[in-house]
Amino acid sequence: MDIQFTEEQELLRSSVQRLLRDKYDFDARRKIVASEEGFSRKQWAEFAELGLLAAPFSEDVGGLGGGRLSTMIIMQEFGRHLVVEPFVETVVVAGGLIEQAGSDTQKQAYIADIIAGAKLWALAWTEKGSRFDLATVTTTARRDGNDYVLTGEKTAVLAAPWADYLIVSARTSGHRHDRVGVSLFVVDRRAANLDLQSFRTIDGRKAAEVSLRGVRGELLGKEGEGVAALEACRDRAIGALCAEAVGAIGELNAATLEYSKTRKQFGVTIGSFQVLQHRMVDMFIAHQEALSLMQHFSLSLGRDEAGVSRLASGAKSKIGYAAKFVADQAVQLHGGMGMTDELNVGHYFKRISSINIQFGDPAYHVLRYAQLDAAA
Amino acid sequence: MELALSPEDAAFRDEVRAFIADNYPAEMRVPNPETDLSKEQMLLWHRILHKKGWIAPLWPKEHGGPGWSITRRFLFEQETSRAGTLPPLAFSVTMVGPVIYTFGNEGQKKKFLPRILSGEDWWCQGYSEPGSGSDLATVRTKAVRDGDHYIVNGHKTWTTLAQHADWIFCLVRTDPTAKPQSGISFLLIDMKSPGVTVRPIITIDGSHEVNDVFLENVRVPVENLIGEENKGWTYAKFLLGNERTSMAGIGRSTRYIERLKTIVKAEIPEDDPAHLEFIRDIARVELDVLALEATELRVVAQMARGIDPGPAASLFKIRGTEIFQNITELTHRAIGNYGLAIREHPVSANHFMPGPDYGHTAAEKYLNARKLSIYGGSNEIQRNIIAKAVLGL
Repeated sequence: MDIQFTEEQELLRSSVQRLLRDKYDFDARRKIVASEEGFSRKQWAEFAELGLLAAPFSEDVGGLGGGRLSTMIIMQEFGRHLVVEPFVETVVVAGGLIEQAGSDTQKQAYIADIIAGAKLWALAWTEKGSRFDLATVTTTARRDGNDYVLTGEKTAVLAAPWADYLIVSARTSGHRHDRVGVSLFVVDRRAANLDLQSFRTIDGRKAAEVSLRGVRGELLGKEGEGVAALEACRDRAIGALCAEAVGAIGELNAATLEYSKTRKQFGVTIGSFQVLQHRMVDMFIAHQEALSLMQHFSLSLGRDEAGVSRLASGAKSKIGYAAKFVADQAVQLHGGMGMTDELNVGHYFKRISSINIQFGDPAYHVLRYAQLDAAA
Repeated sequence: MELALSPEDAAFRDEVRAFIADNYPAEMRVPNPETDLSKEQMLLWHRILHKKGWIAPLWPKEHGGPGWSITRRFLFEQETSRAGTLPPLAFSVTMVGPVIYTFGNEGQKKKFLPRILSGEDWWCQGYSEPGSGSDLATVRTKAVRDGDHYIVNGHKTWTTLAQHADWIFCLVRTDPTAKPQSGISFLLIDMKSPGVTVRPIITIDGSHEVNDVFLENVRVPVENLIGEENKGWTYAKFLLGNERTSMAGIGRSTRYIERLKTIVKAEIPEDDPAHLEFIRDIARVELDVLALEATELRVVAQMARGIDPGPAASLFKIRGTEIFQNITELTHRAIGNYGLAIREHPVSANHFMPGPDYGHTAAEKYLNARKLSIYGGSNEIQRNIIAKAVLGL
């Protein structure tokens, strides 16, 4: 089960590492976050040039065919550097949905632009009161000629202020919680009757409340079967987010260990205290377990194994709890410094908090894992 | 979760699986194999494995091991543990055997190794003393040279299954003036020697697994010294490394989780709010097992490629024991009021136990499992090891 990475995969990892080391240290990131747009188009262009935006797509649609393992490798490094650009939203989530459910025309129209770094995307699925349920949708879509007209409110749509296109879930039939009757639509973010109210997220990114009042949308995938498509999409997103969390955990552990070897109190380094040593051992173990489960899940995802969706929930909760434990302890062991905006530790804490909410928190997914087992 | 196997290794795994199914003695399938079997019953499976040549997977071929690769050793461990077979006595096969073939002389190898393999000799471990637990280097049992014998005086404790033992391997102090670690020797003592007394220690679960062993003027031939005098600490550390290898206990935890699910289903109605709490707790421990299993497979695959796993064994010991303790606690909670009852020891079918069969050992397992985080180097000691070796603290 151990991943023996291919030469290509190792090359991908080292080239992402080099790029981020040279161009995306903590100060550079701070400037990007503070910039007017809140992310860097220049960085995005470099990601495109390096082939990162093409990596997971199949060769049929112009990608590099790196699959889920390339996403895992990239996201682990992005997690180490707290990258804010919308890779998950554009490439993994929207790109994945288009590749999975889109028509040939749609694939040709959209994927090439994603790979080139020309267009950014976001997924608008959450609504007021939907919490983490993909099927709770009240936004409606009414057929009008070849198109549909969408009306409703979407909430906390990550990266929407940056996006050129949104994928929006809307109901074409059925009632609020029905699995069947939800469809997906491609919507131009600058379309008429679409309003955004942008806001800052805890991890220094941007999101928006999205209001649709008769917005034209183009059907993506089969009408009424959007929830199934979203479930598969969520599995892939979880693969990416878990890898990002594992990258962040590793950095937090390294920073905490380093700090414990230099920070002195009572005349000795705090790393000499057994209670802190044991805490850091537990953080180390949490990292090892999260890393193993991340690899195991990414392999299953790549093979599209039966039960992969249950495993996605398992990984999201186990790795989410591990990340929360490590983030809590990293701040605690850094003392007052861990509370400052100046030090990177608090920023990892906030990114992990954000990852844990996206696509369902650990508590939601542990129950889903349990209930899918009972249903089996 | 499975290793990616070559066709040959996959065939080997199937062969092991079939062999267990065809040969594991029905007599050994009792409610709690660790406490309910006589010495002779415990040895049934040992003898079958010996006949097959599979009794000592760790051992090199020249000493009677099967000569398996790391992958096959792991597969064998996985299959036997998934099937819930009673592992052969670790003190003999996993612990003293490798010390003898690594550090012993030719005479010792010839005398002891075949009897370990056949199950003829039952070994116990004379390490801990009343004043020497985690700080093992302070052992005080004395061995004083008298001609071609040592005269041994001391008190060993927590000696598991000493009541069945033919031999005990002991850490004894041969140089009282040296630093703690450097005055210790590794001595093999015949349990039938005059001056050896075994006294049972009954643990909180009511069972008799551990003992005090008193050594009073016991005469031990010098030829029973392993390696060099005063070098015993080196051999002891080597042995402790072996002791911790397969402590992740994935197969056992998986089996107990399955049983726990059955109990929860039968005992707790779905509309009871406790049901939700249980299925959440079970899911969490199941994911703990999954993550540990994935870690174990990652380490095995690395070892198969010749990469030193470092103190991975300490990680497996910590997490494997924490997880199993958690499972036994959940199981005890799941049976509700029947958790008040505990079986009488020695176990007999004549004693009445209330409630369904599946709950009859829940209380004693819960109690007995408290030992896991204490023995084999307490989990705190394991954390010290990782802190030093991995974190450089």
